[in-house]
Amino acid sequence: MWLDPRNPQLNKNGELNHLLSIEGLPADVLRQILDAAESFVGVTQREVKKVPLLRGKSVFNIFFENSTRTRTTFEIAAKRLSADVINLAIAQSSTSKGESMLDTVANLAAMQADMFVVRHAASGAPYLIAKHVGQDIHVINAGDGRHQHPTQGLLDMYTIRHYKKDFTNLRVAIIGDILHSRVARSQIHALTTLGCPEIRVIGPRTLIPADIRSLGVQVYHDLKEGLKDVDVVSTLRLQNERMKGALLASGQEFYKYYGITDDKLALAKPDAIVLHPGPMNRGVEIDSSVADGGQSVILPQVNFGIAIRMAVMSIVAGSWRG
Amino acid sequence: MKIHIKGGRLIDPKNGLDDARDLYIAAGKIVGVGNAPAGFGANHIIDAAGKIVCPGLVDLAARLREPGLEYMATLDSEMNAAVAGGVTSLACPPDTDPPLDEPGLVEMLKFRARTLNKARLYPIGALTAGLKGTKLTEMAELRDSGCVAFSHADAPLTDNQVLLYALQYAATFNIPVWLRPQDSFVARGGVAHDGQIATRLGLPPIPVTAETAAVALILLLARETGARVHLARLSSAAAINMVRRARHDGARVTCDVAVHHLHLSEMDIGYFDGNCHLIPPLRSQRDRDALRRALAEHTIDAVCSDHCPVDDDAKQLPFSEAEPGATGLELLLPLTLKWADEEQLPLATALSRITSDAANILGIDAGHLSVGAQADVCIFDAQRYWKVEPASLLSLGKNTPYSGLEVKGRVTHTLVGGMIAHELRVHETR
Repeated sequence: MWLDPRNPQLNKNGELNHLLSIEGLPADVLRQILDAAESFVGVTQREVKKVPLLRGKSVFNIFFENSTRTRTTFEIAAKRLSADVINLAIAQSSTSKGESMLDTVANLAAMQADMFVVRHAASGAPYLIAKHVGQDIHVINAGDGRHQHPTQGLLDMYTIRHYKKDFTNLRVAIIGDILHSRVARSQIHALTTLGCPEIRVIGPRTLIPADIRSLGVQVYHDLKEGLKDVDVVSTLRLQNERMKGALLASGQEFYKYYGITDDKLALAKPDAIVLHPGPMNRGVEIDSSVADGGQSVILPQVNFGIAIRMAVMSIVAGSWRG
Repeated sequence: MKIHIKGGRLIDPKNGLDDARDLYIAAGKIVGVGNAPAGFGANHIIDAAGKIVCPGLVDLAARLREPGLEYMATLDSEMNAAVAGGVTSLACPPDTDPPLDEPGLVEMLKFRARTLNKARLYPIGALTAGLKGTKLTEMAELRDSGCVAFSHADAPLTDNQVLLYALQYAATFNIPVWLRPQDSFVARGGVAHDGQIATRLGLPPIPVTAETAAVALILLLARETGARVHLARLSSAAAINMVRRARHDGARVTCDVAVHHLHLSEMDIGYFDGNCHLIPPLRSQRDRDALRRALAEHTIDAVCSDHCPVDDDAKQLPFSEAEPGATGLELLLPLTLKWADEEQLPLATALSRITSDAANILGIDAGHLSVGAQADVCIFDAQRYWKVEPASLLSLGKNTPYSGLEVKGRVTHTLVGGMIAHELRVHETR
């Protein structure tokens, strides 16, 4: 189908048609999603947690890469919108064997799908899918390689807005494995779009990608320096496989220099909040006393995550009338 | 057959000729430039009025996908694409399946190419058996069966001792070795230039040091062994500077660039355009500008199409999984002309980079229009615009980053050995 080369996520009326990346989305669209989510947070706390916005629609969760948490929250979100949900875990098979990704998707599209929620290990896979599906199918990126995890980025923005109200006076630090993190990329684009004046990325040089400054962030290699007076501390998951290569020496050393502990958190503002996209490695990127402490907003993030996914699904489907 | 090419502007960079001259061809050779030899009676006249007549193009890197990879392209299809692009001599890298590591394979390939009667094929032999990087091939025998040089294509050659021995062995027989410089460990897993775009899109990076570390090593080993080394498809400003310095210090190294890298940069990847997944990766605009300048000042000796036909199935994948490469044979001329036009260089300079300069690197007697030379000729309309449309390319590789681009310069006739190998059909001449 036709995708605007400048912004393939928007339809000809400038409305959100797919959610592939935070990059390129206008602030109004981000705010619309956050506002919609706010109304859904109420729904998730009601006794009957369902609204009929996607009744009769079929949502396919197509996960080419394993995930429990993200898939579950998408599933819950779709069900609360009264959609039919079909989960497909497509094992990471090489392209030489079995069906190609686009063939799989074409087959699912033929089953009258309305929405694809896609996770893939390769950056950009959801773009390719969006380019090949029919006009009526909406694609939501649930994490592609190192590129983007837009709903995670949005739920982080929701969380930050919930606790801090305003982005325009915030100092945000994102810590750890920026290189491999799709969450960090989504957060950075969302924060810059929403007017956050100071974004810091903190990590060893091996985990900070080239030219990251071009995204509008400041780079710190010293955690203590980077945490000074920040309002938001966003920790990232450090995958165990990173320790196998030459990027890092050990989890212990990472924890010593980049793990968030109480005494390091004390360098941030007293009312700073701590985020983590999960699943956490306690004792690697974050200490248990911080994760379970008073400044942690990690569990509220999960609840907001469902509301954000409900918001995104109903907006791309065109059924949100906010 | 006696052919009279009439009324054209003849550009022969090697002989310093750029003038209105007729060309006379008989028995596969050029028999007259400007003046017909005594008693010449043409049985075919080509009207070249308003057109450029130049030596047939020489392409230093065109993958034809035979043997073994016919699902991507065939010798037949790609030879047709070559002559449609004005290419009359081409070198093919050894990364076929199996690789060109045995004389029998090379002879078979040359024989198949000859029977097609299109462009002349110059196979590049595999530097190591199976391109596995461990055991040397029988280079002398392979040379005798038709290999003009040896390379490791894009296969990793990680063992520096093997590289040292390969260069020593090649130097023994004065056989040229072409290497695309890349440290495969530094580049491991990477698919895009280590810059802004890879960072934004989350694509695994290939740092410039993957290229410069390899260039440094190759230059040292070349000096040590006395091997004749050609650096294929440089991608970075830093590598160019190293070559410039090495030449200044007396090294005899030559190098080329792929025509794509003169026009595209990492920015062209846009939203994961798999057609911009190339080897080496498209680098920054600064690198691209340095390559353009270096080609103009002749630090880079020649430009090649780096023709890589890829089937649709292998391209319709997420960026990092998509087969790298772009089709190029039919675009070599217009894209080289575009470069020269934008750099305000004379046509003769543009043409020398894809004719005589390339022939020098290949070490073949081609790329010029001297009397007595084989009659490999390209005739093109330098003013004619045409739109790059994948479906109308003759190559089976429809993979091009230039889809929809208006380019200037259309080949109307290609002669190989005095035979008309390609003629633009009348309905296409409008």
